[in-house]
Amino acid sequence: MSSIGTGYDLSVTTFSPDGRVFQIEYAAKAVDNSGTVIGIKCKDGIVMGVEKLIASKMMLPGSNRRIHSVHRHSGMAVAGLAADGRQIVARAKSEATNYESVYGEPIPVKELADRVASYVHLCTLYWWLRPFGCGVILGGYDRDGPQLYMVEPSGVSYMYFGAAIGKGRQGAKTDIEKLKLSEMTCREGVIEVAKIIYKLHDEAKDKAFELEMSWVCDESKRQHEKVPDDLLEAAKAAAKAALEEMDAD
Amino acid sequence: MEDVNAPHSMGTTIIGITYDGGVVLGADSRTSTGMYVANRASDKITQLTDNVYLCRSGSAADSQVVSDYVRYFLHQHTIQLGQPATVKVASNLIRLLSYSNKNMLETGLIVGGWDKYEGGKIYSVPLGGTLLEQPFAIGGSGSSYLYGFFDQAWKEGMNKDEAEKLVVKAVSLAIARDGASGGVVRTVIINSEGVTRNFYPGDELPLWHEELEPCSSLLDILSSTGPEPMSI
Repeated sequence: MSSIGTGYDLSVTTFSPDGRVFQIEYAAKAVDNSGTVIGIKCKDGIVMGVEKLIASKMMLPGSNRRIHSVHRHSGMAVAGLAADGRQIVARAKSEATNYESVYGEPIPVKELADRVASYVHLCTLYWWLRPFGCGVILGGYDRDGPQLYMVEPSGVSYMYFGAAIGKGRQGAKTDIEKLKLSEMTCREGVIEVAKIIYKLHDEAKDKAFELEMSWVCDESKRQHEKVPDDLLEAAKAAAKAALEEMDAD
Repeated sequence: MEDVNAPHSMGTTIIGITYDGGVVLGADSRTSTGMYVANRASDKITQLTDNVYLCRSGSAADSQVVSDYVRYFLHQHTIQLGQPATVKVASNLIRLLSYSNKNMLETGLIVGGWDKYEGGKIYSVPLGGTLLEQPFAIGGSGSSYLYGFFDQAWKEGMNKDEAEKLVVKAVSLAIARDGASGGVVRTVIINSEGVTRNFYPGDELPLWHEELEPCSSLLDILSSTGPEPMSI
């Protein structure tokens, strides 16, 4: 699947003989090396969680925010190059407010995803721009219900009921598929996401991590917000307990 | 002589009301150039999208240009969104144009339609570019004579026939009193099933006091009973 495209990988405006644009694939590798980011669509909303690998012990908890609110009803979790992610979030916020001032209604999540994807794709079309080195999971709750989208560095965006990017994505996807999401509430989903992130965290390779989670659901009055502290603590406790159970086996 | 060069203005009576299941839009059909009636059968209810229509009053040119722009924007928006635009979006676009160009435009508009999220909705965009959502709206020079009438006759939850009858009655009342309104009454009914256009020529409209049949002899008048009190 991954190979070195010697000679055809110097510019994002060059195709290889087998029809691939290597620069975009390399950009995707930047995403793969980042901490796991998960999003799931439950029956009453969306839950997103990020495994924030702590770079330095001197960092204060709560810094290096990886999940951002893009509008009242939607939020984005970014994986990959943090600075690139900031740019995408800024663009998404601007698209959302611009749409609302022209059309008089909050931007539908589908439309927001399309606009973010177009913007990311734009940066794969010119030789003087490099592709974004980050993937984005966008979750929102509009009048058509909760929706979850994922935008990759290539600019493709699909709607998902469960999505994962970053280091532990393979394992995460397998675990998400096992969940019965259509019957799960977000409150239950928060616990499940925490369990998956804790399970996939590789103690050997990476040192410490901080769990950041957000949701937008009926319980949060359809606003995108951080998961309340008490629920977050309960989720972490449940995740740690599940790990110990597994280790005990 | 001044008539020939006066701008085309639609003195007008325009009405939009919601009923249980949709909206009914109504208008008269007189377009005047000064005192001359340039068009006695104009259609002041124009289509913006399949499910949203617009009643136009004031300057004919200004209202046509605004509706043309908004139709164009809504068309693109519908393609982008992949589903019909909502009445709210259509009326917001109208409002943005009306407000930004308030110094140059002279047009009062009523936007009405049906969408799957909110059902039937009426939005009023009067001269300055305000946007106001209302259960019913009236506009144009003839509307002055209808405020009291609607205060009395309007009720929530009418059915389609009641609503249309109310609109036709109201427009014909305004036509009777307002010199700048006249001609025929056109109505457009919009609901989940689609759009229905109706046409009521002048001779099918209810008659009001001063429009009763002329009597040829004074004796006939003296011996006849007075006109029926207007029933509500």
